[in-house]
Amino acid sequence: MTPVMALLKRDLTLAFHQRAELLQPVIFFLLVITLFPLAVGPNASTLQIIGPGVIWVAAILSSLLGLERLFRDDYQDGSLEHLMLSTTPLPLIALAKVTTHWLTSIVPLIVLSPLLAIFLHLSEAMYWALLATLLLGTPLLSLVGAIAVALTVGLNRGGVLLALLLVPIFIPLLIFATSAVDSAAMELPYTAQLAFIAAMLLFALALAPFAIAYALKVSQN
Amino acid sequence: MSVLSADNLSVVKNDRLLFDKVNFTLAAHGLLYVKGPNGAGKTSLLRAITGLLETEDGGVYFLNQKVALQRTLFHQQLVYFGHKLGLNLRLSALENLVFWCEQQNIQVSQDDIYGILGELSLVGLEDVPVGHLSAGQQRRVALARLWLKTAASLWVLDEPFTALDSNGIALLTKKVMDFLHAGGAVIMTSHQELQIEYPRQELVLEYRI
Repeated sequence: MTPVMALLKRDLTLAFHQRAELLQPVIFFLLVITLFPLAVGPNASTLQIIGPGVIWVAAILSSLLGLERLFRDDYQDGSLEHLMLSTTPLPLIALAKVTTHWLTSIVPLIVLSPLLAIFLHLSEAMYWALLATLLLGTPLLSLVGAIAVALTVGLNRGGVLLALLLVPIFIPLLIFATSAVDSAAMELPYTAQLAFIAAMLLFALALAPFAIAYALKVSQN
Repeated sequence: MSVLSADNLSVVKNDRLLFDKVNFTLAAHGLLYVKGPNGAGKTSLLRAITGLLETEDGGVYFLNQKVALQRTLFHQQLVYFGHKLGLNLRLSALENLVFWCEQQNIQVSQDDIYGILGELSLVGLEDVPVGHLSAGQQRRVALARLWLKTAASLWVLDEPFTALDSNGIALLTKKVMDFLHAGGAVIMTSHQELQIEYPRQELVLEYRI
C-alpha cells in the first residue's frame, strides 16, 4: 500500500473508532434545519426563499465543528512529527487529511440533503442545483479550512479564532451557491455560478496543500 | 567521512536565544552525547537537526551536503525518537508500527513486528490500544522503530531511557552499542549518567537567560 493510501486508511479507521464525535456535526446540521420550518411557519413560498441559504449556512457552520479535529490528535501525540520525517511530501499528506475530513464530516451532510430539501419545500430543479453547489463547494470548505486549522493547531482552544478566520473567507462561496439555487428556482441557467465555484475549487486544490504544509511546519516551531 | 555535522547552529525560541554557534562533527561509529540543565535547549537542538525546528542561523550537513537540499535521503537514513512518542493512543501497538513502516516505506511482515515486540517484553499486548499501556510500555513500543528501520545510519534520540525499567535500559543500551559497532551514528540526550561503555563526544549546552 502506498504511504498516502495507508494514511487515508488509518484516518478513516480512527474516524470510525470515534463515531460519537463524528456524529456531532451531522446532528447539528439536522437540528438547525429542522428548527427553521417550525420557527418561520410551514408556508412553502417562504421556506423556498430561505431554504438554500439555510442549508448552506448550516453546512458551513457544521463543517467548522469537525474541522478542529483535523490535525489536533496527530499534533499532540507527535504522529505529525513522524509524518513530517517520512519520505512522503508534506503537501500530499495534507491532501490526504483534507480528503478524510471531507469524507467523514461533509459527505454525511450531502447524503442527508434530499431529506432536508423536502423539509424546506425545495422544488426538484432547486434541489439539483443545491446538490451541484454542495458537491463543488464543500471540498473548498475542507481545503481552505485546513489551512486555518494548521495555523492554529499549536494554540490551545483555537476554536473561536478558527471561525473568525474562516467565515469571512467563505462568504463568496455562499453568495455564488445560493445565487445558483435562486436561478434554478426561476428556471434560469446557473452554469455561470457553478463555473465560479469550480474555479475557486481548482485554485484551492492547486495551492491549499502547499499552504497547509507550510502552516504545519510553522506550527512545529 | 562525517555522517552529520553542524556549522554555527543557532536557535531562537520565543524571543530567547537558546544557543548559538554550536559546532560538531559526527562520523560513522560516533556517539554524541548532548548534556545540559533543563531549558538549555537539548530537545530544540535535536529538533533543529532533524529539521522540525527552524534554525535562526547556521546549517546542518548530512554526508557533507546540506540537509535541506536532500530531505528524502536524510529521512530514509534517520530514526528520530522525540519527547512525543508519535503513537496514536486509540490504535494498538501493531497498528501503530505497521502504519509507521508504511509511511517510512519499510517492507516488514507482521510476524517480524510480533517478534520485535516480543523482544521488547510486550508479548500479549500487541493488539491492546496503546493508551491502555503503561508509560514505560508505550516508550518500548515507540523504541521498536529502532529495531524496525534496519536501513538507518543515524539515530536522534531524545531522552530514550526515561521511564524504562533496568531491563529496558539494558536492552536499549545493547541495541545502541550494536548499532554503533555496525557503523551507525547516534546523537542522544539523557539526564541519567550514560551507562554506555563506548568512546563518546560530549556537547554541553548552558542555560542562558
